Amino acid sequence: MPARGALLHSLTAQEAGQAARARRRKRLTALLFVLPLLLFILLAFVAPIASMLWRSVHHPTVSELIPRTIAELQRWDEHGLPDEASLAVFAEELHALARKRQSGRLAEELNRAFSGMSSVVKSSARQLGRLQPEQLATDGVPTLLKAHRNWSRSEVWYAIKRAGMTYTYDYYLTALDLERHPDEGIRPRDTQIYLKLYSKTLTLALIITLLCALLGYPLSYYLASLPENRANLLLVLVLLPFWTSLLVRTTAWIALLQTNGVINSTLLASGLLDEPLEMLYTSFATVVAMTHILLPFMVLPLYSVMRGIDPSYLRAALSLGDRPLPAFARIYFPMTLPGLSAGALLVFIISVGYYITPALVGGTDGQMISNLIAFHMQSSNNWELAAALGSLLLALILLLYWVYDRFVGASNIKLG
Amino acid sequence: MARSLTTSVSAFALTAALAMASFGAAAQDSLTVVSWGGAYGAAQKKHVVDPFQKDTGVKVLFEDYTGGVAEIKAQVESGNIQWDVVDFEVIDLERACSEGLLEELPRDFLPAGVDGTPAEQDFIPEALASECAIGNIVWSVVFAYNERTIGSVKPETIKDFFDTAKIPGKRAMRKRPQVNLEWALMADGVPPAEVYEVLATPEGQQRAFDKLASIKKDLVWFDSWSQAPQLLNDGGAVLVQSANGRFYDSIRQEKKPFVIVWDGHVYDLDAWAIVKGTPKKDLAMQFIAYATGSKPLAGMPDVAYGPTRKSSMPLADQTAAPHLPTAHLDKGIKAGSEFWADHGEALGEKFNEWLLN
Repeated sequence: MPARGALLHSLTAQEAGQAARARRRKRLTALLFVLPLLLFILLAFVAPIASMLWRSVHHPTVSELIPRTIAELQRWDEHGLPDEASLAVFAEELHALARKRQSGRLAEELNRAFSGMSSVVKSSARQLGRLQPEQLATDGVPTLLKAHRNWSRSEVWYAIKRAGMTYTYDYYLTALDLERHPDEGIRPRDTQIYLKLYSKTLTLALIITLLCALLGYPLSYYLASLPENRANLLLVLVLLPFWTSLLVRTTAWIALLQTNGVINSTLLASGLLDEPLEMLYTSFATVVAMTHILLPFMVLPLYSVMRGIDPSYLRAALSLGDRPLPAFARIYFPMTLPGLSAGALLVFIISVGYYITPALVGGTDGQMISNLIAFHMQSSNNWELAAALGSLLLALILLLYWVYDRFVGASNIKLG
Repeated sequence: MARSLTTSVSAFALTAALAMASFGAAAQDSLTVVSWGGAYGAAQKKHVVDPFQKDTGVKVLFEDYTGGVAEIKAQVESGNIQWDVVDFEVIDLERACSEGLLEELPRDFLPAGVDGTPAEQDFIPEALASECAIGNIVWSVVFAYNERTIGSVKPETIKDFFDTAKIPGKRAMRKRPQVNLEWALMADGVPPAEVYEVLATPEGQQRAFDKLASIKKDLVWFDSWSQAPQLLNDGGAVLVQSANGRFYDSIRQEKKPFVIVWDGHVYDLDAWAIVKGTPKKDLAMQFIAYATGSKPLAGMPDVAYGPTRKSSMPLADQTAAPHLPTAHLDKGIKAGSEFWADHGEALGEKFNEWLLN
């Protein structure tokens, strides 16, 4: 029956089209459902982070303020003073900035490149600003050189030239405790701080992760072995601090650890100590408080993974003659690894970027890299350096994650 | 479906625009004023903000911050101005002003003092030194001890702060180089007038850090002035640095047995400034003119901060007079705002390096 065959054929074509439309509609509906979240993440998360990272390499301010000077400095050989013509161009541009009341911005920028230049630029700009435009050609350069001896130093001009680069990797050099020198190339800076802080941050994060694992593993094991209703009750005790404000928990640790705090006065009263222990404002305080705060991040994935493990495996191993400890190590422990890795990764990554707790209880030796990033964001106002420090931290974590993926496998992570 | 996607996107955009417009409308006749909170903030609320709202009918949103320029820089750069008037520490002011984050203020909008003295003569000169702000108080960084925990030997000079043999125990300082390096040099014998000159040289900086290092194991660091009276109260430290008003408030309100040592104090001004690009500049200037008037400023001695107008002192509560920084100027130095604009970042890094070693 050819008619039926044709009908069937046309039907399938139509059906195929309908099916395709239905699939498209479904995908679009799904997209619409996640669209608010997607927009929110894009606007509130991806865009700001991307713009901050972009800042660490893109720095156009100086080349916008004194474009001609920066162009002139390109022909300078970086030794001795730039030639008279370049100095004259700079004097002219500084004069113009002073007239437009913009010299302060240049002062801030150059001060970052060469400490102490802020007041030099401002006072020189004031002196140049008093000159009439027609005086500039003759008196501009002498006025500038007379204004401060820094203008006769080649290091200053080198710093200006480096600061004038629109695209720069200098902030990354600083973040690695390095600097560029015209003769010696890249060399260590006088101030050595960031590498030390990075390694310290990683060490602290590692210690906290280990402690969380040591404390969290037995607890999760115990919880997983309980009947469901009691386990749920005890789990609330894990979750309660998790729901409590971070600030409250940190402050509670201050009350416990301080010189005349709960712990010290108990120990003194019981006669165990003669002198109070110094616990607050040390890295000890940072480690203790952060371990407490991050413990739920370890317990929850561990517990949910352990819940899923059939206890008969372990029983089978024991009944086949294995001793309890080897049986645990060979049978049970490997099955908990996905939960342990998830917990460890969560705790480690969160603690690397932690800010409030080390700032409050860490004192001097409990400081982490995040505190220095905050310093450059809030007080020194050097957002470019803060961005470079932040992106290095991000790169470091991605690197660690990659190493972890190589050796453990990211697919092994299980949150439940 | 594609059509309804665009519809929903434009609906979303419309809602957002409407929401912003309504925020804008609500914010039109209000002014956001930002200051430091604590006892100082309470005094400003009582003597400045509340009377201003009553007299003008303008609603003032009075918020707290912890200093620094980060928020203001973010607002100016994004063009989304949330704050209109900000109470600045002069140390931050210089940088914010030169980076172009603040409006320039004329001088002719300031009213004369209650006694008729023109504003130019009524204000102390430092209050009008910046083109971006009008100074409102003189405050000071001092140290204090607790009568209950000090023992028999009491500190009298800045040298004693660094003398752990004479006065054993912890010292608490704010975790930053400002004031601490000045104190170290003064304690090391540098005459107060030469402190900033010495501190500008690498040798001078080394000398200051060496002096600080001599008491490093006895130092406790904090991040905010508000933590300081707490440290002194619970015995966390024997000698504690803070703003003089914080101690005065604990002494007066909570009857704490604290004693302030004025030797070597580093005094500075706070000043009102206007965030660049605010649509309410006129209203903001009206607020500053009001806030720096003789009468509102006369309320500042409540928290032991000195008013910047000479005509305010006769109106003020005289019990506070001996506790004002202005009564002890001969024992201290003025904080070097230009010095810290020059060296703040480099010394901040050095300071953190020193902390780590």
